[in-house]
Amino acid sequence: MNTFAIMKRELKSYFTSLIAYVVIAIFLIISGYFFYTNLVMFVMWVGSDVKLGLWQYTFHDMRFIMLLLIPLLTMRLFAEEKKLGTIELLYTNPIRDAEIVAGKYLSCLTVFIIMLFLTLLYPVLLEVVFSVEIGPLLAGYIGLLLLGAAFIACGIFISSLTENQIVAAMATVGVLVFFWFIDWNEGIAGEQAVEVLHRLSLFEHFTNFTKGVIDISDIVYYVSLIAFFLFCTLCSLEVRKWSGNK
Amino acid sequence: MNAIEVEHLTKFYGPARGVEDISFNVKAGEIMGFLGPNGSGKTTTMRILTCFFPPTSGTARICGHNILTDSLAVRQKTGYLPESVPLYLDMPVFSYLRFFAEVKGITTKSRKGKVDEVIGACGLDSVAHRLIGKLSKGYRQRVGIAQSLLNDPEVLILDEPTIGLDPKQIIEIRNLIRGLGSKRTVILSTHILPEVSMTCDRVIIIHKGRLVAVDTPANLIKRLQQTPRIIVKAGGPSEKIKDALGSLPGVVAVTQKQSGSQGLHSFQVETQEGVHLINSIARTIDNHNWTLQEVRPVDMTLEDIFIHLVTEEEGADTT
Repeated sequence: MNTFAIMKRELKSYFTSLIAYVVIAIFLIISGYFFYTNLVMFVMWVGSDVKLGLWQYTFHDMRFIMLLLIPLLTMRLFAEEKKLGTIELLYTNPIRDAEIVAGKYLSCLTVFIIMLFLTLLYPVLLEVVFSVEIGPLLAGYIGLLLLGAAFIACGIFISSLTENQIVAAMATVGVLVFFWFIDWNEGIAGEQAVEVLHRLSLFEHFTNFTKGVIDISDIVYYVSLIAFFLFCTLCSLEVRKWSGNK
Repeated sequence: MNAIEVEHLTKFYGPARGVEDISFNVKAGEIMGFLGPNGSGKTTTMRILTCFFPPTSGTARICGHNILTDSLAVRQKTGYLPESVPLYLDMPVFSYLRFFAEVKGITTKSRKGKVDEVIGACGLDSVAHRLIGKLSKGYRQRVGIAQSLLNDPEVLILDEPTIGLDPKQIIEIRNLIRGLGSKRTVILSTHILPEVSMTCDRVIIIHKGRLVAVDTPANLIKRLQQTPRIIVKAGGPSEKIKDALGSLPGVVAVTQKQSGSQGLHSFQVETQEGVHLINSIARTIDNHNWTLQEVRPVDMTLEDIFIHLVTEEEGADTT
């Protein structure tokens, strides 16, 4: 029940502080622009493969905007409470650490889902003039949801390490970009190493979804990554207690 | 019955000592004052008792629940006002309190009634729907106290509850705490001595992380006021004034503090216990036609208590 209380409070805070509105607006404007240019491109040059190609491009573009915007949503989750000292209230009230983490995670996830839901407007508009196939679209959105959920888990962990929001945001972008490029360096890493890195890459697992393929191993990858980061967050709260710092 | 039992509590921040080997008990319904200069370990002790962080060694029980093994139950039974009064500044008072009521496990049905009750008790009615960020320091303090009262805590831990308040608010908060004391156990920290004698049943004095004394305020003051002192400010020839004061019956010693401006001098007169010399000092100065600006007994300050108790303790250590 405390999870729900914290989630409600965080959501209110997202919307009263306008952060949610600003991030959602920017996301919709930029992804709408990408959708438009991709559509124009496909109509002018490719024509036939709109069904798959258009979505693949658009999802890849949205992934990029998420990389830049989600850290702005997650940066405040713990850093702000530490700065204000309100974390002391949470720790000294009868709330379990796991409830704090879960409440905060779910609130951010809710904002992200709202954001993603609003982009469904694009396929709906397209449907008016061109028949849209549900399957690949659904796969893509599941991919985006899992990817975003992983970004948030990573962001919340980094926010729990610092009391400076800017540092939290920048470090999150840094870590996410690192996960993106992790399998690029074939020159240095051997072929087998690249194969391993390939499987660790946040974005490699996303590609299947954009092609309309839902592979259970990709889902397992994202879910375990989310669990890993949330577990790290819990550990970081625990370590803080023993070290005696905020 | 003891509401709070503290046994050999020690907390180190890395190599730095927070508190060391602190033990004391607080009886149910008692108001316990926590006295100490800045950095003496008051906040550290309170944070351990409220389960904000665990001690390095030692343990404590609140209402029979161990703070280490039964932390959730301890937190359920305590109310805590942290020193910095952290608040969610972007929330209105009412929603803020409702959030903490929910977190403290107050049922949906009784939640609104409970919130209204603490709003009334802390005099927050006029600001209940304003944003906390827009409130003055005094009101924020009250919101903090209101938060700590929501779950009818058996043990209330208040870290400097009257700091930053105006005199009228201080009196109101003291009365509020006094009123709570009959039903609950209260620990409050402060560095204002009169506050302790006004509100607390017993006092704990800590210094540099160590327990120096646990006693009632009256006993502490009795123990310390062995040589009453009087401050005299007068104008005239300083040596003659000093001699005249020194020759009064009952005076132990006279020391000149400093020569002030306009020919005024300031003296500290130490007297024997139970002798009241204010009148005879005034008369002496008047008889010599010197200017009398001030005669007053020296109040016991926290500083005096510390100098006294700490030197006492250090003396005991060396012998």
